[in-house]
Amino acid sequence: MANEVVGKSVRRVDAVAKVTGKAKYTDDFFERDMLVGKILRSPHAHAIVKSIDASEAKALSGVEAVLTYKDVPDKPYSTAGHPYSLDPGHRDRADRHILTDKARFVGDSVAAVVATDQLTAEKALGLIKVEYEVLPAVLTSEAALKEDAPLIHEECERNIIASEGYQFGDIERVLGEADHIFEGVYETSIVQHCQLENHISYSYVDSQDRIVIVTSTQIPHIVRRIVGQALDMSWGKIRVIKPYVGGGFGSKQDVCIEPLNALMTLAIGGRPVKLELSREECMIDTRTRHAIKFKIKTGVSKDGNLLGMHIEAISNTGAYASHGHSIAMAGGSKFRVLYPMEAIKFDPVTVYTNLPVGGAMRGYGSPQIVFALESHLEEIANKLGIDSIEFRKKNHVKKGYEDPLNRNKVLSCGIRECIEKGEELINWENKKRMYGDQSGMKRKGLGMACFSYGSGTYPAGLEIAGARIILNQDASLQLQIGATEIGQGSDTVFGQMAAEVLGISEGMVHVISTQDTDITPFDTGSYASRQTYVSGMAVRKAAMDVKDKILSFAQGMTDLPVEALDIKDGKIVYRQSGETIMPLSDLALQTYYDTALAKPITSDVSNNARINAFSFGATFVEVEVDMKTGKIEVIEIYNVHDSGKIINPQLAEAQVHGGVGMALGYALSEQMLFDQTGKPLNNNLLDYKLPTIMDIPDIGVAFAETSDPTGPFGSKSLGEPPIISPAPAIRNAVLDATGVAFQALPLYPQRVFEKFKESGLI
Amino acid sequence: MLRKISFKVNGRLETIEINVGETLLEVLRNRLGYTGAKKGCGVGECGACTVLIDGTPIDSCIFLAVWADGKSVLTIEGVSEKGELSGVQKAFVDEGAIQCGFCTPGLVLTTTALAAKDKQYTKEEIKRELSGHLCRCTGYQNITKAADKALNHSKKGTCNCHKQTE
Repeated sequence: MANEVVGKSVRRVDAVAKVTGKAKYTDDFFERDMLVGKILRSPHAHAIVKSIDASEAKALSGVEAVLTYKDVPDKPYSTAGHPYSLDPGHRDRADRHILTDKARFVGDSVAAVVATDQLTAEKALGLIKVEYEVLPAVLTSEAALKEDAPLIHEECERNIIASEGYQFGDIERVLGEADHIFEGVYETSIVQHCQLENHISYSYVDSQDRIVIVTSTQIPHIVRRIVGQALDMSWGKIRVIKPYVGGGFGSKQDVCIEPLNALMTLAIGGRPVKLELSREECMIDTRTRHAIKFKIKTGVSKDGNLLGMHIEAISNTGAYASHGHSIAMAGGSKFRVLYPMEAIKFDPVTVYTNLPVGGAMRGYGSPQIVFALESHLEEIANKLGIDSIEFRKKNHVKKGYEDPLNRNKVLSCGIRECIEKGEELINWENKKRMYGDQSGMKRKGLGMACFSYGSGTYPAGLEIAGARIILNQDASLQLQIGATEIGQGSDTVFGQMAAEVLGISEGMVHVISTQDTDITPFDTGSYASRQTYVSGMAVRKAAMDVKDKILSFAQGMTDLPVEALDIKDGKIVYRQSGETIMPLSDLALQTYYDTALAKPITSDVSNNARINAFSFGATFVEVEVDMKTGKIEVIEIYNVHDSGKIINPQLAEAQVHGGVGMALGYALSEQMLFDQTGKPLNNNLLDYKLPTIMDIPDIGVAFAETSDPTGPFGSKSLGEPPIISPAPAIRNAVLDATGVAFQALPLYPQRVFEKFKESGLI
Repeated sequence: MLRKISFKVNGRLETIEINVGETLLEVLRNRLGYTGAKKGCGVGECGACTVLIDGTPIDSCIFLAVWADGKSVLTIEGVSEKGELSGVQKAFVDEGAIQCGFCTPGLVLTTTALAAKDKQYTKEEIKRELSGHLCRCTGYQNITKAADKALNHSKKGTCNCHKQTE
């Protein structure tokens, strides 16, 4: 049967709320006499807190509490928004206290104040006297790895958090026997999410002596657990509520402010306190994207087949582990399916430095490694004299391939179609010919790059999702999901899925956008491009359960066998003929009020997805490089995706626009800068160059739709993938235009100009 | 220092005693309950707090409330009339220009101000006019499309910003 609702560009369920200002975000709720929380931050990148004197601050009128490391539980915890693991060996590194007695980056939380208003709170911060013993700061991963480097966390030798990697095949033999060996080094920069809504929460103790935290988060159920761990409290005593969220991109897949906020309310007898980070604070004390350095050595056969690859990676996680080594590992695991090889050895090491904390960010390690990989492959293709596209086509994965390590199979694969579509859209062959030989001061070039990604974290992580459906008296539904809408459109596609299964219009599904851990089914939240795929499975399962219940109730009403019945256009119909038996609303009313049969229909399901579908795609780009200024202009850019079946084309395209927009910043302008002491230089939206509307060209989007047998309605991941391949495609286009190979991101004018000079081009 | 000010918000007269240090954003949100204007940076960099003053878009986070004395303010809550979305709002909904929604009110208001002028806009002009707004979700593509649709391809005058300037 053709889909009625799935596959259509239905309107976002929250569009009207958001365009009229009715959508309520965390800062839009008010509690009576809400107090204000503020954090005192270290001015030093690395320093021991020798003493704190808070007496003057405490004495200031309007100050309700001053907290220091002495007031926080002496129990380290991890802030990473991963599901809890029953295996202690699989847990994130617990290296953090709510307030610290050793500052590990400029901006680390040393003390906190609760006051009646912001000005008083800020004044009080200025009255806290802290004596620091300043230690030498470690600001690069090379410096961190030196034998005699100062230790940022005493227990980690050479500041190494972890160096676990993987290998399969005999890499020594494969590289030894290969016809060609290629080597390259690549590096990426530290960037920040810059979601429009800063991190914010408020907290109070309710009438049942439980802590309530309203917070802008991607992971409410995880926040509950981590606050419990950080405060050493029973998890059930904590209630987390997530209203509308103004963007996250991974920075809110981390429990950054909630434990301190909870501690603040406890310190003042449970009265409400708001803890809101300013933009400047948000940019240094939430999370960043890890900068990673790669060294790649690749063996290739004389006819251009990739045989084996040895990748060494050094990932800079900053002052605390947060997601730590998972970032390098996830990137290292997701790329390898794209170009099957006989042997791969992946040697990553993740190190601490005295910089802001790296964590999850859209793509989770993949934008970094794919920049290195696709830059490297371009150089190989060039040296072998093979066309970029031809080289990828020769080596890319095909349906049926099984990952040699986790045995996950590629059950749908549209990478070839993605490449062919992109090739056609950008008019590759013609333009390649036209731009073959340029020597002017403005040069054009073409580039492309591919990627592979997962749908969720399985088998590395647990993939549990919950959904609950209630059939109302009028045959509308309440759909509750534990998965979180943060702008990407998940609520809308869940509504479409439920409507599709139940044969009703999407307008009859009321999707509850707020998550409340007291009420909402358990789901680990929005990350890893998991929701449409993993949480969608739970929604589909709940809807199918409701359908079964509806049809068996109909059987009770009509004496017709269930097999003879179906639901279509909001009516109970004969399955064969489609002829109407009764409106679904008649049945729904009976489920509530029939004196003999009444049994309102509900479903509450959980789904443990022990499967993962690979999604694929490619970017094609044309640039014009101004040789005199080093400015790179993107003239055309196309992202073509195999994300399985597209549930809502308009929302899907919008995800691609956003991901490509963010990737343009990653490629061309964005980086967090620090001085020699580790002090941030551009932690604001003016000096940190995220793209404005003037910087973004038209973004071309296309899909090579496949149908994955494991995904709900054939779908696969889409939220994160669009950011993965544009940066290397742009870099490769610059190489094509100028012959200059850039090995580091971003390609901002100064770097480009200097390299042109160094290369003797200008 | 306290001071009493009177100004119109969405056509309704408000007289309120404020601290002279309070920004218009603080007064609108915390005192009057107009929470549609958002705070994304607090220093006039992102445009999320945009409201119209006598028809002109301003960053309300760096505009003192006392300066609004005697003026007319339009917030996102006042853009639709009698529950009907304005042409600009409809265009944002139809073109899929909304994701997380945090930048949306400001963008709708600036576009509304442009719609009040009787002229057509090129794509470059639209981009320049909207360049005071940052958005991290959409890559601006559908925002540009929505503004183009509202400004050049649909009936104008569906907002009540004209009345605000009277």
